[in-house]
Amino acid sequence: MSLIRVQNLHKHFSLSSGLGKNLVVKAVDGVSFELEKGEVLALVGESGCGKSTLALTLMHLEEASAGQVLFNDNDITTLKGKALKNLRRDIQMVFQDPYESLNPLMTVGAIVEEPLKVHGLGKSKSARQEMVKKALEDAGLNPAESYLNRRPHELSGGQRQRVVIAAALVLEPSLVIADEPVSMLDVSIRAEVLGVLERLKLEHSVAMLFITHDLGTAAHFADRIAVMYLGRIVELGETQDVLENPQHPYTKALLSVIPVPNPKLRRKHIILQGDPPNPINIPGGCRFHPRCPVAIPTCSKQEVALKHININHKAACLLLDHSA
Amino acid sequence: MTKLILRKLGWALLTIAFVLLLNFFLFRVMGDPTRLLKDPRLSQATIEAIRVRFGLDKPVINCFETLNPIKASLNACGVNPFNTQFAAYLSNLLKGDLGVSFHSQRPVAELLTERLWNTLLLIGAGQILAIIIGIILGLVAAWKARTVLDYSALVGSLTVWSLPTFWLGILLLFWGSNYLGLPLGGKETIGSGLTGLKRLGDIGTHLLLPTLTFTLVFIGEYMLIMRSTVLDVLSEDYILTAKAKGLSTFQILKDHALRNAMLPIVTIVALNLGFTVAGAIQIETVFSWPGLGLTIFEAVGRRDYPVLQGAFLLLAVSVVLANVIADLLYTFLDPRVRLA
Repeated sequence: MSLIRVQNLHKHFSLSSGLGKNLVVKAVDGVSFELEKGEVLALVGESGCGKSTLALTLMHLEEASAGQVLFNDNDITTLKGKALKNLRRDIQMVFQDPYESLNPLMTVGAIVEEPLKVHGLGKSKSARQEMVKKALEDAGLNPAESYLNRRPHELSGGQRQRVVIAAALVLEPSLVIADEPVSMLDVSIRAEVLGVLERLKLEHSVAMLFITHDLGTAAHFADRIAVMYLGRIVELGETQDVLENPQHPYTKALLSVIPVPNPKLRRKHIILQGDPPNPINIPGGCRFHPRCPVAIPTCSKQEVALKHININHKAACLLLDHSA
Repeated sequence: MTKLILRKLGWALLTIAFVLLLNFFLFRVMGDPTRLLKDPRLSQATIEAIRVRFGLDKPVINCFETLNPIKASLNACGVNPFNTQFAAYLSNLLKGDLGVSFHSQRPVAELLTERLWNTLLLIGAGQILAIIIGIILGLVAAWKARTVLDYSALVGSLTVWSLPTFWLGILLLFWGSNYLGLPLGGKETIGSGLTGLKRLGDIGTHLLLPTLTFTLVFIGEYMLIMRSTVLDVLSEDYILTAKAKGLSTFQILKDHALRNAMLPIVTIVALNLGFTVAGAIQIETVFSWPGLGLTIFEAVGRRDYPVLQGAFLLLAVSVVLANVIADLLYTFLDPRVRLA
């Protein structure tokens, strides 16, 4: 049984132009994947491909337009009220910018304690205080006491992100959705915060959807990688498979531009032409074809579905049919 | 903290000292008020006696006989500096003496204190109502942004805000006295002989319409400021985080949005105190409410300079104090504001 199973999830936003024409932004347009308990799936893609919208829709912070999200085999897209509140305990989120995701007026102690209060956890103030301290220490803030009465503006970016992680951790969720949790941090701090997340996975067997635009971080951290392009997953597989044997031309292009710390190893960079198309006006056929370096005429006419390369590795490209 | 309060008070005292100077010279530039006594029955000797009684025979300040730009004269330099109008002004101020009203012959300090309480009652009731209703309306409008509720609150607030205060007052007075039988003006029914609770009730019915006018005029501003600040706060990630943690709408608004949005409201309330009195001039005049505003209005018509001078001083001091209080409230509301 998968912890979370996403089936053909859509999130469309309609923009009324005021001229009677209704435009539809297809931010997430038919995404399916599964995530096991304690597994880390990295969701990779460039800005505007729908990664964050996917995360918000999974969290039920945005209403799904179509499709299902099965969490422990229950469809959560239609949850309301009490049931939704209970779900919130199990799925927690870590946002990108630790300067914005903490209320500037609250102390660290109050921030981490708040979720406990909301869900009625911890019998007494002192019991909650112990849980808060443990969460802070698990997130690498030692000694926890010295942080309890500080406020976000007194902390560094890395410390703030640890507070965010502690506030997510304190509810002991089974899934954490981390939306670019380290991209706003200094490189020197990234490794530490990634280390905290990794310990979380190993010691608490928390499953994680790790959203990033940095394949390097994904390679370091994830069990599996999903590559997203314009609202759809175009390649999905074990980290090593995807990195060493990329099938989709988009994945190949992304991988070819990762810097390698060896000047003698000169590879051919695949530089994609143009910008990602507007999700209001998605190209027909394979949605990557206008920028694809190896596109053939059929690509603009025929829709493509994910196709198994091996049991765990899937990619959506017409050429796979031809070469296979 | 004590250091911060002392420093704020120090600046406030400095500001008030400047106001004292300005207030003195402002009223002396207009020249000798006795020249307005045009009654032909007044003999020159009587006028001279009046000038002596009010100290107008002394030079304004050492070297300046008068500050009237037309009649400016510089021939009083040999005068004892303690025997000038300025010296008398300062020493009287220190004694709490603001002079005597030209019109009613009553001490200005006594007159103003009496009127001040009436104004505080009116302003207090009106402002508190406007702040509470404005904040709630703004909060709800922001939460329900771009819905019918939001738009009606927005249009309603803008409409009452743009109405001229005196005109709204006249309309309400007409409507309230005609259809609801509310009193036409004043603070209480004169000669009613009511005491205790009955008297309070009588004052309450008199207070109703002016307070309503006051509230309506100020709701719009608070509502608009609150709405835009809360909209700003609601777009922050920590609100999304709070939602993801399972907080209810009410908890999010109460614990996260409201407190973060309070700073601009505190600023506006403090700045408003000055304008509030300007509003009070119009409202008190329409409803004949015996407060500071009406006193100022009447004193202008009667050229009652001592009363005006005292009222201006009182207003300036209260605006300065309101700002000190707002400054101190900031540090309480936002821990990031430190000794700044």
